[in-house]
Amino acid sequence: MKSFSDWIRQPGLLNAVPVGLFLLVGFAGPLVLVLLYSFMPPKTFTLNQVPTVENYLSVVTQSYYISFGWSLMLAVITVALLLVITYPIAYGMTKLFNRWATLITILVALPLLISENIRLFGWVLLLLKNGVIDGSLQYLLGVSLSGLLYTVPAVVLGLVYVYLPFMLFPLVIGMSMVPDSLKEAASDLGASRLQIFWEVELPLSMPGILIGSLLVFILSLGSLAESKILGGQVIVMIADDIESAFTFAQNWPKGSVLSVLLITLSLVIIFFLFRNIDLDRLVGRR
Amino acid sequence: MKSMLQRKVVRALIVVWTLTVLLFLYMPMMAVVMASFTKQRYFRFPVNAWDTRWYEKAFESLSVRDLFWTSFSVALLVTILSVVLAFFGALAFARYDWKGRKMYQRIILLPIFFPQAVLGLALLLWFSSLGITTSWHTAVFAHMIWILPIVTLIMSIQVYSFDPVWEEAAYDLGASRLQVLREITLPILSPGIISGAVFAFLLSWGNFPLSLFTTGADQTIPEWLYSKMVSGYTPMVPTLGSLTMGGAAGFLLIAFLIVLAVRRLRAGKPD
Repeated sequence: MKSFSDWIRQPGLLNAVPVGLFLLVGFAGPLVLVLLYSFMPPKTFTLNQVPTVENYLSVVTQSYYISFGWSLMLAVITVALLLVITYPIAYGMTKLFNRWATLITILVALPLLISENIRLFGWVLLLLKNGVIDGSLQYLLGVSLSGLLYTVPAVVLGLVYVYLPFMLFPLVIGMSMVPDSLKEAASDLGASRLQIFWEVELPLSMPGILIGSLLVFILSLGSLAESKILGGQVIVMIADDIESAFTFAQNWPKGSVLSVLLITLSLVIIFFLFRNIDLDRLVGRR
Repeated sequence: MKSMLQRKVVRALIVVWTLTVLLFLYMPMMAVVMASFTKQRYFRFPVNAWDTRWYEKAFESLSVRDLFWTSFSVALLVTILSVVLAFFGALAFARYDWKGRKMYQRIILLPIFFPQAVLGLALLLWFSSLGITTSWHTAVFAHMIWILPIVTLIMSIQVYSFDPVWEEAAYDLGASRLQVLREITLPILSPGIISGAVFAFLLSWGNFPLSLFTTGADQTIPEWLYSKMVSGYTPMVPTLGSLTMGGAAGFLLIAFLIVLAVRRLRAGKPD
C-alpha cells in the first residue's frame, strides 16, 4: 500500500486531477452511457430494460452500410486528394520558403478559428446557380455551369477545404525531420531525384504522412456539416444517420449502436496514432 | 545548367501552387463578406447593387442581440474555466515527471480528435439521463470537453520551455507558495496562458457541432446560421456570418495588441 500512497502524492498527478475529473464526467461518462443504451430494446428511454443485441442485428441487416460506405469512401478520397495537394506545400515550407514559412503557417491556421459553417456557406455562394463561379462564366464566356452545388464532388470539396490544415501541419513536421545531409549523401552516391524521393524522402517523412492521413480520415468520417450544407440531400453520411436516429426517429438505442460503431472505428485509429508518436518530442520539441 | 533551370521551375511551381491554395482557403470567406453587402434578396454574381441595409437590420434586431450574447457568454465562460483548469493540466502534461503521465497525455488528446457531432449527441443523452435541462450553460460544459484539451496542449508548449530552477531559487530565497506562483510561474507562463485563452474563446465562438445538440432552447450564432442555411434562407446569413468573422478578427487583434503592450511594459521595467 505504501507504493500507492507514494503514487497518489506525486505533484504531477495532483495537477492532473482537475482536467482528469472533468473528462471523466464529461467524456468517459457519456461514452459509457451510449454503450449501455446500444444494448437496450429499440425506442426505449431508460436503462432498466433487459439487455439485447437486437439493435446491432437490425443495424447490420438494414441499409446503414450505405451511409457507412459513403463516409468511408469520401474519407479515403479526401485523404488521397489532400496528400497530393499539401505535399508540395509542405515541401516548400520545410525546404524553400525559409522565413515565409511562419507566415504561411499562420495564414493556413487562421481559418480554423472561423466557424466551419460560415466557410462552407462561402462555398455555397461560390458554387450556387448564378453564384460567383457560374456567374463569372456566364459573364465572361456565356456558358452556364449551374449544377455544381448539392453534388458529391461539392461535399468532397468541402471536406478537403475544411481539413486541409490537419494534413499540412503533420506533413510539415514529418518532413522537417528528414535531414538534408541524407539527401545530399544519396545524391553524391549517384541517386536520381526520383530515387531520392522514393528511397529517402518518402520513407523518412512517413510518420508525418501517416499521422496527417489518419487525422483527416477520422475527422472526415465523423463530419456532419459538409454533407448537409454542400451536399443537400444527395448523400447521407454516417453522422447524419446518427443524428436522425437520436432526434427525428427518437430511437436512442439505434443511434447509440451507430455511434458505437463509428466511435470504435475512430478509437482504433486514434490508438494506432498514439502508438506512433512521442508527444514530449512533438509538443516540446525536445 | 539544365538542373539549375529545372530547380528554378520546380521552385516557381511550388510557390504558385502554395499561393493558389491560400487563395482557395480565403475565397469562401471573401465571398461571404461580398454577399453581405449586396442589395438583392438572393445572391447573384456579378453583383450590380451594393447596400448596407442588412447590417442596419442586424444591429437593430433584438434576436440578433440575443444570439450575440449567448455566443459571447458561452465563449467567455469556456475561456475562463478552460484556462484555469488547463493551467494545472499543462503542468501535469509537461512540467512534472510522474508515473502515469504518458497515459494521461494520451487521454487528454482523445476528445480533440473525436467526432464532435457524436460527442454532442452523447452529451445530449448524458444530460437528459441525468435530468439536466439543456441550455447555454450545458453548452459551456460541452464546449469544454473539446476545448480544455486543446488549451492544455497549447499551454504545455510553454511549460516545456519552463525551467523549474526559477521556482526552486525563489523558494530558497524564502518566497511562499503563493508568491512563487504570482511572481515566477504565472509571468513566465503568461504567453502560453494568453494564446490558450485566445484559442479557447475563438473555438467556442465558432463552434457548431457541439452547440447544435447541447444548447436546448438557446441558440448561438453558428447554430442560427446553420438553421437558416438548411432551410428558410435570409440575406441576414452572410451579414451575421461577416459580423462573426469580424468579431473574431477584432478579438485576435486586441489580443495581439495586449501581448505587445505587456511585452513593452516588461522591457521597460528594470529587473
